[in-house]
Formats: sequence, C-alpha cells, structure tokens
Amino acid sequence: MAMAALLRRQPFWKPAVRLLSEKTVKAPGFGLLAPCFREHAMGRRPSPAFLWPRRFESTVSQEHLQFPDDDDNHRDLDFPGGKVAFTDKLSFLSGSAEARIPCYRVLDDSGHPLDHSGFSLQVKEELAVKIYERMVTLQMMDVIFYEAQRQGRLSFYLTTMGEEAINIASAAALKDEDVVLPQYREPGILLWRGFTLQEFANQLFGNEADYGKGRQMPIHYGSNKHNYFTVSSPIATQLPQAVGVAYALKMEKKDACAVTYMGDGGTSEGDFHASLNFAAVTESPVIFICRNNGWAISTHINEQFRSDGVAVKGRAYGIRSIRVDGNDALAVYDAVHHAREISVKEQVPILIEALTYRIGHHSTSDDSTKYRPVDEINYWKNSRNPVSRLRRWVERNGWWCNEAETRLRTNIRKQLLEVIGEAEKLKKPPMAELFADVYDTPSSNLVEQQRQLAETVRIHSGCYPPDVPV
Amino acid sequence: MGGNNTEPFGRSSPPTSSSPFRSPQPLPPTTAADTQASVYSSSSSSSVSLASPSSVLPYVFLFIFAACVLIGFVVVVKMLGIVRRQASIGGSPSTVLSEALRVFRPAVPASRNYSSAKEMTVREALNSALDEEMSADPKVFLMGEEVGEYQGAYKISKGLLEKYGPDRVLDTPITEAGFTGVAVGAAFQSLKPVVEFMTFNFSMQAIDHIINSAAKSNYMSAGQFNVPIVFRGPNGAAAGVGAQHSQCYASWFASCPGLKVLMPYSSEDARGLLKAAIRDPDPVVFLENELLYGESFPVSAEALDSSFCLPIGKAKIEKEGKDVTITAFSKIVGLALKAADILAKEGISAEVINLRSIRPLDKATINASVRKTNRLITVEEGFPQHGVGAEICTSVIEDSFGYLDAPVERVAGADVPMPYAANLERMAVPQVEDIVRAAKRACYRSSQHAVAA
Repeated sequence: MAMAALLRRQPFWKPAVRLLSEKTVKAPGFGLLAPCFREHAMGRRPSPAFLWPRRFESTVSQEHLQFPDDDDNHRDLDFPGGKVAFTDKLSFLSGSAEARIPCYRVLDDSGHPLDHSGFSLQVKEELAVKIYERMVTLQMMDVIFYEAQRQGRLSFYLTTMGEEAINIASAAALKDEDVVLPQYREPGILLWRGFTLQEFANQLFGNEADYGKGRQMPIHYGSNKHNYFTVSSPIATQLPQAVGVAYALKMEKKDACAVTYMGDGGTSEGDFHASLNFAAVTESPVIFICRNNGWAISTHINEQFRSDGVAVKGRAYGIRSIRVDGNDALAVYDAVHHAREISVKEQVPILIEALTYRIGHHSTSDDSTKYRPVDEINYWKNSRNPVSRLRRWVERNGWWCNEAETRLRTNIRKQLLEVIGEAEKLKKPPMAELFADVYDTPSSNLVEQQRQLAETVRIHSGCYPPDVPV
Repeated sequence: MGGNNTEPFGRSSPPTSSSPFRSPQPLPPTTAADTQASVYSSSSSSSVSLASPSSVLPYVFLFIFAACVLIGFVVVVKMLGIVRRQASIGGSPSTVLSEALRVFRPAVPASRNYSSAKEMTVREALNSALDEEMSADPKVFLMGEEVGEYQGAYKISKGLLEKYGPDRVLDTPITEAGFTGVAVGAAFQSLKPVVEFMTFNFSMQAIDHIINSAAKSNYMSAGQFNVPIVFRGPNGAAAGVGAQHSQCYASWFASCPGLKVLMPYSSEDARGLLKAAIRDPDPVVFLENELLYGESFPVSAEALDSSFCLPIGKAKIEKEGKDVTITAFSKIVGLALKAADILAKEGISAEVINLRSIRPLDKATINASVRKTNRLITVEEGFPQHGVGAEICTSVIEDSFGYLDAPVERVAGADVPMPYAANLERMAVPQVEDIVRAAKRACYRSSQHAVAA
C-alpha cells in the first residue's frame, strides 16, 4: 500500500504528460518495471488484468476513457487540455492578484542607478550618448513639426512626447533585421534606424520625394529598407500581422524577430487577443510592446480595462511577460534586449508592458486639457520626463554637459527648419501616381482612366492647378 | 413548390442536411472516396447474404468464420500501427477509429482522384489546384479552421496536411480577424498564404483585414509592401442554412479597389482561376459555391496540366447566341444554361456569359456581346441593390447605350435575409423560370400579365 502510494506520484524521470508517448513506453528501464508498478508509474490505476502479459499499446491511448471509481487513489484527471488537480472547495479565483506585477527599473527618477539593479548590460559611452541624442532629436522633431501644423503648414501631426525612451531605447536593443510593425507613436524606431529628418518631412508634406508617394496622411511613415512597416490607422491591426511576419521569419529560419507596438487602448481590440493567442499557439518569434501611457485619447485606463494593466494578460495566453518602467531608457533597453534573445532563440512570443505617460495631446486634433488636469501634464513633463532622466545619468558619467546640450539642440533645430523649408518647396507627386500600385500591374480600366484624365487635363489645362505635375 | 422532390439546381448530389450552426456539414457520399465522412454518421454495416441450400450451409458457415478470423487478425495488426501513430501525436479515440477504418476505404491521397479520366468534381479540381501550387512553390501555405486534421470543412484540402505537414497546412483557432491578420502579415513578409473561410459569411469578422490591410496596403505603401494572398471559401446560398450562412459577397468585395474577385463555375474554372489567384501578386478573393463542390464537369487535357492557368479579368462565353445576352457567375451559370435551352425551344437564341472575374469585370466581352444581341439580362444570386448586375447595367449604358433594343433587366435574389424553410428559400433565389421570363420580356415575347411576375 505504501509502495503504491509512493508510486502514484509521477516518476522523476518523466515529466507530466497527457497521453503516454511512444518515447515514454520505450524509455530505458520502463519495460523492466513489473506490470503492476508500471501501471502506477503511468499515473493510472492498474487494470484488473495487470498481471497478464504486457498489453497491446493500442489500449494505452484509450486509457483516459476509463474513468476511475470514486476512490481516493486519484485526485486529478486528464481533460483534453491536460491534467488538472481537483479540489473540494468551491471558491472563485480573484479578479486580481494580491500584489500588482512589479515594474522593472534601473535608474531612479533622478537618474541614479538603483543599488541592487539587475542591470547587466554594458552600455558604454558611445551607445549611451547616441541613445540620448536620438531622444533629444525625437523630442525636438515633435515640437517643431507640431508647431508647423499649428501654423497651417501641415494638415496633421501626432507627437511622441513622454515616450521617447520607449521609442529609442527599444530600437537600440533590436537589430536592423528585426521587422517592426508600429502603431503610430513610434517614429523613433525609424529615426534610430537611419531615417533622416528630410525623409520624415517629405512624408509629412506628401511631396514627390515621399516614399509613400503622397498616398497617406502625415505620420504614416513606412520604409521597407528599414524593415519598418507602413503605419496603418486602424488600431491594433498590426498585431496579428506581426504574428504572420514572425511566422514567415520562422519558416525562413531567419535570425530575426517581429516587433510590434500598441498603446493601452489597443489592448481592447479583438486583434490583440487573437494575436497573442495565435503567437502562443504557433510559437512565433514576436515581441509585443505595449506603451501603457494612461490615456487612449480621452479614455483613461480605468475605463479601458479592469485588469492589472497589460502584463497580466500575457499569462492568460501562455506568454512570458514583463512590466518595465517605460520612462527609464536603460530598463527598456535591458528588457527588449533580453526579450529579443529569448524570442529568437526559443521561438516564442514575449509581451512587454512599458508604463509611461502621454505628455502631449493625442494628436493635433485633440486638446487634452479638456479631459485631464494641466497639473498632471506638467508634473510628468517636468518631474518624470524620460529625456531629462537619462540626461542626468549621462552627465553624471561625464559623457555629457550643458555645452553639448546647447550645441545639439541648436543644430537639430536648424536642421528641422531647413528640412521643412525643403519639403515645402518640392512638388507634389505627379497625377500618374494616382493610379499606380492599386495592383501589381494596373488593370485595363485604370490605364484607360489615367489616359482619359491626362487628356482632360491637357485640353482644359486652365481648370487645373499648375503646380501639380501630370 | 412545397415538396423536396424537385431539384431546381440540377445537382448531381442530394442537398446536404445541415444545422444552422457552424459545425462542418457531413458530406453526401457521392463517390467511394467521400464515404470517409460517414464515419461520423451511423456506421454502415456490411451485410452478408446467406441464401444457399442446406447441405452446403455448414461449409459456408465455416468459410465465413475463417474469413472473419483472418480479417480480425488483419484489423488488429493495422490497429497497432495506426493507433501507435495516433497515440504518439495525441489523437483522440474517434480519430483513431476513423484512421483505422480508413484502412478499409480506398486510399485517398492528395493527388487527383476522379471517376473517369475526363471528368472532375469542383472539389477535386480545387484540391488538385491547391496541391499543385503548394508543391510548385514552397512559400504557398494554407490556413483556416478545420483545414488540416479535419481535411477541410468541405474536404477541399483533403490529404494536404498529410502531404505537406502542419507548417504548411495550419489549423487555426476560431478567430477570423486573427488569422486573416496573421496571414496578411505573413504575406507582407515573404509567404503566400491561402486563407480559407468556412463560409464567406464569416469573412465579415475579418473584413477590416481584407480591405484595410490587404487590399489597400500596396497602394498606401506606394508599392513597398504588397500582399500576395488568396482568400477562398464557399459563398452565397447553400441549401437550408438560413440568413447568416447564405449571403453573396461578390458585390461587397468587388467594389473595393486593390482586390481581385474571382468566381468559378466549372471544374476547369476552379482549377485555372485558383492557380491564377495563388500566383497573382495582389490579394484575390476567390468565391466558391458549396453546392457546386460535388458537381462533375468535363475537363480538357490542357486543364489537367499543372501549369494550366486562366487569365484574370476574362469572361467566358459558355454558349453563343444572337438574340439576348445573359450574364451569370458561379452556380447561376448552370441555371442560365438551362434557361438558354428552354429559350432555344421557343426560338430565342440566348448567349450565356460566364463572368469568371467580377473584379476586374470583363466589360469588353459583355459590351461586345450586347452590341451583337442588343438585349441584356444580368442574373445573380445576391441582393439586388448595389449588386453586380447594377454595375454591368451601368457599364453597358455607358458604353453601348445606342445598341440596346430593350431595357437591361437584372434578375437577383430577393431583397430579404435568406429564409430557412425550403419553399421560402426557393422563392428567395433566382430559378430557371425567372431567367426565362426575363429573357422573354427583353425580347418582347411575354404576355402583359407576366410582366409583373
């Protein structure tokens, strides 16, 4: 009896399995077990015929159809989803854990490294300064382009203020081969990868040099040579697409992963849930980075979901997740770096929730002072700003100073004003581009329409704006 | 009208009995190869007749007993092999059973399997086209609900999982929006997905990805990101499946620039158009018809070749005529041909055009035909407002108004969600008589009273 009780537990050499696998049956030593012990070792109650010669394997898989009697020998049972322990207590799992998932950070609010930080990466001067410089560039880009929209020179703009660390530090932790599918608040990734300020401006003005050929609203950047998918307005549609990209990378056996970004609001979309589920089931190397910035236009996260943020949702889908301080560039760098390693090596998805605050308005079509206190905005802008936080750390290390700061800011400002001027001067895309790229090769009706339009413009040239080329 | 004995659609197989729920429907056993599905229905037992003289009876019994012992032995041996394989991949007893029983059915490989060398069902045509394209290009892969282990909800992907493995034939979780988005992403990167919707009615749950992600991406990205994807599945009315399983989506998808919409009728159409769709670098919506899957059509030797491909954007003139043009697509082509036969007996020579391609629409062929016959009837199964017929009518008025001798008529489905009862369903979908009446009206051959019918 004691022996039977001892053996009822899973044997140490075999992990818990749903069905007896071929490998287990053929494991060395397994066949040596006396039939009576073997039945126990498999975690099943022995059948009456256990003393008979070894049974045909055909009955092994049907074992789980034989439900045990009501005896104490078994406290768990195979369901299609696997073994589950029974309990005789009726209780509902709480909607939230006792403690919220802790948030990983490396620097404190004033830029001091924490005493017992788990940060292990070597961020040398060159990299640190580059990260800081790009964060400043991004910040200034936002300020100047936002102003240009306010002056009527652009139709629309959307800033990344407050989320510079997530943008630049995550991009720095990735490799150029990693395919990025952004939402729309991640131009910093492109900036890091070498997109020039002129190229940004061209897209904003929709001129003939725009890689998007003037097809899209401002801030809908895209560049296949930078592995940055064109921004698409509907929320969270990029998430399942990222899983598809990751699946393709897996099939190609590339040393790369797909990385996709979303906001806290995007996690309410059906696509978010479908894509996490899919990524887990297909075991695809994709990193989901959620910029939890507290606001989805005017919807505060209290009205968005009632869970413990976003990181907790990863577990529901079987995905490893982490919560990180999104305003701490080093923490973001660390988390994304390790996430990438795990994702590519083990071919699994990872979910990163980066806590941050959206300092700017949702876009130029929004005035956020209407739904949130100005004090709150100023607090995050002045006391919890990711750019100043990293600056203090970089300065403390002796890698930066006020003169460098002034030099950088003046330089960038000058560049930005120049590129805006240049982009404004360039012509708009020619009319022929209206009909291209609908299909790989234009269909006959489009060719016909293009011909008719060109003919009409030629005949009635007085009725058409002169600065739009044909 | 009330009885089920009339089969207006002239199918070679009886209609499938089905529930309004999304369970895959059991197949009618049309050929020996399809009786695998009957495992899920009542098991068929083989009967042995025992009519023989009494003197021979004991020997007959002995013979039967010996035969049973032999068969039993063979079954046990096969069971070991099959069950061991199933057990190692975690199969449930029902699949084990069906796998074991498969031993006694003719082998059904993924290759073509048709009763005679020159005829093929639409199902076989689609299966062979998928098989050949997957074999020719390793980037092509199939995903959808039930396409793998279940062999396809309508058995279109039979044998493909076995042949190509789970990396290329993916059984997906139940999320149309999810798997459509995943497929679009895979297409963005480098693969060529074929996405199966169990029925296009469920594509509405994924329509944002079809339109906003697939159709528009090449344009929005200015050629940087194209989407070589095919969305396929049954479309339109089946038999007794109710409103949420019977809508025709031809006009929905065909109104969107960036998509191509194909609708095959015969097996040759199915093979040629599916191959063309898979090879096309643009997103293609491939609308099949559940009731056509079991229908057999003759196929030419050319169509059986693995490089066979039909051009996208070209209609086919199924039957030449000179008095009235009838345009149709998908299942309705069969009805139109029947109507043309009836009209021929009454001295009206109808030209039947099988559109094949709804977007791009072959306006040249349609207009050339109307200029020849001077009369046009458009027939479709879907709702009349903003339908395919409306587009054809406008095109003809724009290009060939002077050639029309009669107003263009469109015959379409009733402007109601599809009812379930068989008699109501019959009245909600165009029948052969409706086409005949419309053609006669166009030829000014109908009586005054029939005009309103």
